[in-house]
Parts: sequence; C-alpha cells; structure tokens
Amino acid sequence: MENRLPFIDVLGGPGGRRREDFTSFEYTLPAEITSLYALTPTETLYQIRIIDPTARQRFTFQPGQFVMLELPGIGEAPFSISSSPVRHGDIELCIRRVGNLTNFLARLTRGARVGLSGPFGTHFPVEEMVGQDILLLAGGLGIVPLRSPLSAVLENRSNYGRVDIMYGARNPAELLFTYQYEEWRRFDINLAITVDQAGPGWQGPVGLITEVLKERLGQAGSLATGTCAIVCGPPVMFRFVCDLLTRAGLPPQKMFVSLERRMHCGRGKCCRCNIGSTYTCLDGPVFDYWSVMNLKEAI
Amino acid sequence: MLFKVFAKDELPKLFDLLAANPVIAPVQKGVDQHGVPLFDFDVVHDFADLRLDYTSTIHSAKRYFLPYAETLATFTVDKGGWEKQVDLNIDRRQVLFGLHACDINALNKLDKVLVQSAYPNPFYAAKRRNMFIIGLQCTPRPQCFCRSMGTDFALHGFDMFLTDLGDSYFAEILSAAAFQFMARIVTREPGHDDHERYKAVVAEKNGRFQAKVDSSDLTKILDMEFESPAWKAWGDKCLSCGTCANVCPTCYCYGVEENVDLDLTGAVKTRRLHSCNLIDFAVVAGGHNFRPHSHARLKYRYYHKHRGFVEAFEEALCVGCGRCGEACLAGITVPAVIASVREGG
Repeated sequence: MENRLPFIDVLGGPGGRRREDFTSFEYTLPAEITSLYALTPTETLYQIRIIDPTARQRFTFQPGQFVMLELPGIGEAPFSISSSPVRHGDIELCIRRVGNLTNFLARLTRGARVGLSGPFGTHFPVEEMVGQDILLLAGGLGIVPLRSPLSAVLENRSNYGRVDIMYGARNPAELLFTYQYEEWRRFDINLAITVDQAGPGWQGPVGLITEVLKERLGQAGSLATGTCAIVCGPPVMFRFVCDLLTRAGLPPQKMFVSLERRMHCGRGKCCRCNIGSTYTCLDGPVFDYWSVMNLKEAI
Repeated sequence: MLFKVFAKDELPKLFDLLAANPVIAPVQKGVDQHGVPLFDFDVVHDFADLRLDYTSTIHSAKRYFLPYAETLATFTVDKGGWEKQVDLNIDRRQVLFGLHACDINALNKLDKVLVQSAYPNPFYAAKRRNMFIIGLQCTPRPQCFCRSMGTDFALHGFDMFLTDLGDSYFAEILSAAAFQFMARIVTREPGHDDHERYKAVVAEKNGRFQAKVDSSDLTKILDMEFESPAWKAWGDKCLSCGTCANVCPTCYCYGVEENVDLDLTGAVKTRRLHSCNLIDFAVVAGGHNFRPHSHARLKYRYYHKHRGFVEAFEEALCVGCGRCGEACLAGITVPAVIASVREGG
C-alpha cells in the first residue's frame, strides 16, 4: 500500500463519484445587462439576461425569491427579482444606489457582464391565494419584491378577487414604477398611494401607510374572510401594519412579509442573515407572520 | 467497531508511515506568564515535535478546514467581459494527528450545517474529506464542559482514535485506510485486561470534569429570558472584539470581500471568517444595523449556538472546549453566561 493517501475530488473528477451537488456554490451564471432605466435619481431598473439560452430557459423562480448578483472585484449582493416568473432568466432588478456595488452598477452601460446565481429563498404563495382577495402593502423600496407577485396576479387576474396595492413613499419624487400605475388600474387593481411629504403638484393623500390601510378596513375595521396580505417595507413598518391586519382578523398564516438582512452567500452558510439560527436566505426572505411571531428580533 | 492495541514505541512508526502526507499535530508554541505551556496545531515533520500530552490548543483546528481568509474565486477581466475561476484550495490528503473528542465533534457539527444541508460548501467539504484524522483521548481541564454538551466522546468523524493505556495505546479503527496503516505496525487484539484498563482510563477522565453547563430545556429558557437584564450586563462587559469566534471550533460565519488587481486585469474574491460580535455583522445597505448594541450581538451568539442550532439539528453549536472563555479579555465564559441567564439575571 502506498503511504500517500489518495486525493478525494469532491467535485467528482473523471470517473469520480459525487455524493453532494457542489455546483451551486460559487459557480455563477454569466449574464448581461440588456438595459438600464433610471426610475428616480437613486433607483435604476436593470434588465438582466442569462447569456446561455438553455440556462436562461432553465432558470425558473417564484415571486419573492432573490438572486445574488456579482461584479468581479466590486462585490456580490442579494437582490429581489422584480419581474414576472414567466420570463425565466430574463429578469428585472430594481436597485438603489447605496453602496459600492450598487453605485458601480449604476455607472454601467448596456451589454455589461454580471454574474448571477440563484434563485434563492422562499416565495409568496400566489397559487395558494387563488380565489382570494389580496392586499399588497409596500413602503419605499418594499414595492420592488412585491412587483413580482403582482405580475403573477396580473397574468391571471380572473383567478383572484379584489386586489389592493397600498404604497407609501417619503415624497412623490421617490415613487417607483409610476409609469405602470395606469396599467395596474386597468387590471382592476385598487391602487392607493400615500407620501410622507407632499411635493409640487401632489394631489394624493399625505400620511403613513397605516392610515391608508385603516381607510381600506373601513368602519368595521375588519377584513373579509379569504383575504391574504403581502407586506414589505422598512423594519418599522412591519409591526404597525401587521398589528393592524391582525386586529382586522387576518390570521397570521395568511400574512406574508419579505425581510431584509445582510447576506454574503445566499446559501445558508455565512450566517449574516440569521435571525436566531433561522436563515433569512433559506427559510426566508418570505415568511408568514406566524413564523415571524416565533422569531425573536425578526421585526 | 474494530479495536487494536499497540505498544507505545510503535506510534513513531505509525507517524512515519503517515508522514508521506502533510501531518498537522499539536505542538508547544511557548509558555504563558506562569510558565504553563501553550499549545497549537501546526505542520509537524518530526515525531519528536509532537506534544500528545497537550491540554488544549489556543486555536482550534478549524483553520485547516475553514481558513480565516480563503480565496473563493479569481477573475480575469478584459474589455469584452470577465471569466471566473474557482479553486477549492486543496490538492492533497492531509493528516491531523491527535485531535481531541471535542474538536472532532466540532467538525461533525460543521458537517451538518456546511455539507449535509442545502447548497453544500465544496471548499469545506474538500478539506474535510481529505483530512485523515487520528483522535486522541484527552485529560479534561477545569474549564472543559464538553461533558455537559455531550461532546466528550466522538462517535464518528475520524479515522482512528487512540487512548493512552500507560505502556500502550488502545485504538478504535473507523476507516479502511486506518486499518491498512495499522496492519503495517505491530498490533495485537485487545484482551480482557485491555478493556478493563480502557474503562479505567475513561472513568478517571470522567471524574476530572469540573465546569458544568445545565443545558436542560435551554431553548425554552433562552426564549423566556430574552429580555433578561443578564444579557445587558454581559453585553456591557463584552469588548465586541470577536476573539471568541476566532478561537471557537464551531464558529463558521463569514464575510466576502472582492478586490481588483492593481493592473485592472483581474480580481480576487476572498472569504474571511467574521464574528457576530463585531459591530458591522448585521448592517445592511443604507446603514441600518439590526444589532447595534453589544448585548444584542452577544445574545445573538448564544441564541444561535444554544437555541437556533438546537432547533435545526437537535444539538448545540458548542462543544464545551472552553477556548472562548479562556481567550476572552473580558472574562466572559459560557458556563457563567448560561447560569446567569437561567437565573433570570
């Protein structure tokens, strides 16, 4: 017997045997930014396409899931997919300029190459919401992950009951996807928008999103049975909105939130997104409110 | 399980056979201010450098599986785009000679979360599977509380495990490779006397434990005492330096950083172990920090190790090696923290 122990290739080199699938780790899909559209001075909507047509077609995701986007030497970060699942690996990401990677991204031009991996995480169960009323509540950038389940609902609009979007932003200039509001309304969606501070020409309501929600709940302050809610916004928004919905009789398992945390891997390995030892990347980012109630420091 | 017994002077021969591969083993690195020897794991070329009588090492053997800094990928960049190259940073088998049960159990815990989970980590798995491990029965120190954590004996995750019987070693053989190496030194089948001597050594070891952690029902108690003033008190002591995570054999949290080469033709992606006690651990883009206070971070550390991990894997992410308490400049130890939290502050 040779004293030198034989090397084990975990990736299962020629003739090798592989027990686990290690290819989902660090092996990114080459993708291309096909267009950039500035929604506001700080937020840009990116169309991103996986270059290989087979990989693009095989890339399937559910609304609410996220991808890790990588630029060599600049960084890698998680972003919620903001487009419809029917478009496979031709995705839209809406990204605010806030750090190194996102500022660099905003300076790129059409054709720039990026790396994508994913999709990761849990999703909003829109199939299970068939036949029900849906409340979509978004604060600020929270509209971004909500746009994906919204697209899924719009594509099968007759499958759902009353659909409400309640969306709050700091001021009218920060409102995202303004060009789509009429389209959403054409699909028989009740769209209520509120801002913290009115700007020039602003005709709509001024105030917190909870005020808009109270108005929707009406005098009775309750919701029809067969209602689901999807909530995404800054940390402070969740508690107020979810409390209000709970008081309106919405059971916790029919209320879904999408949580934001720092992530360095998206694969349940770096622990940066942990709440306890619940990984926001694996067990979230979409949680039903029942799970959130059971997690210390989640919201 | 297969057992063998061999005379002590056969051990250098076993070492020399294994030394055809790089061997990592406990060595003495110096002495502390009281003249007590300080040990650590290092690459060893000569059996004489081995200190199999070591108590514990300052650092765990984690860095041979999860290096503190590791290149995850390199990139070549040109005008047309870029290419990514991934290398798992291991090209040969290595031998870890003389690992205590707590540290073997630490690797078994890491296996659960890093390999036996969704998205298994090939960087860790490659190093783990290519490490031939010889375990070694320890002599517990006063601060060891592995017995409370159920990690004072290793059931698997090693190739061979040795217990010192005085004039000979009692060997448990767990892998075919270990069996083949044992066939090349002089061994004998253990007899009734050997079994009795082994049991006596283990009984003597069991009698030495002093530190204890009461982990019964701890997941619930941690939830009940989430607002306990004890957390604030410990948090006020904590220096948020991350030393505990550095020496911990089970801490695996990390951050990733990317750097562009100076000539702009390449880039490197590096994984660096992090600590949940460091202030930026949970800061998201835009600056919001989910755990801005040191007590919140310290509490999270315990919450992850003694509650969340238990929920996920039915065991704590702590092997009771006591390294964190020993290394902590603020004198924070796991038994003290858990006892005070159990008491409700």
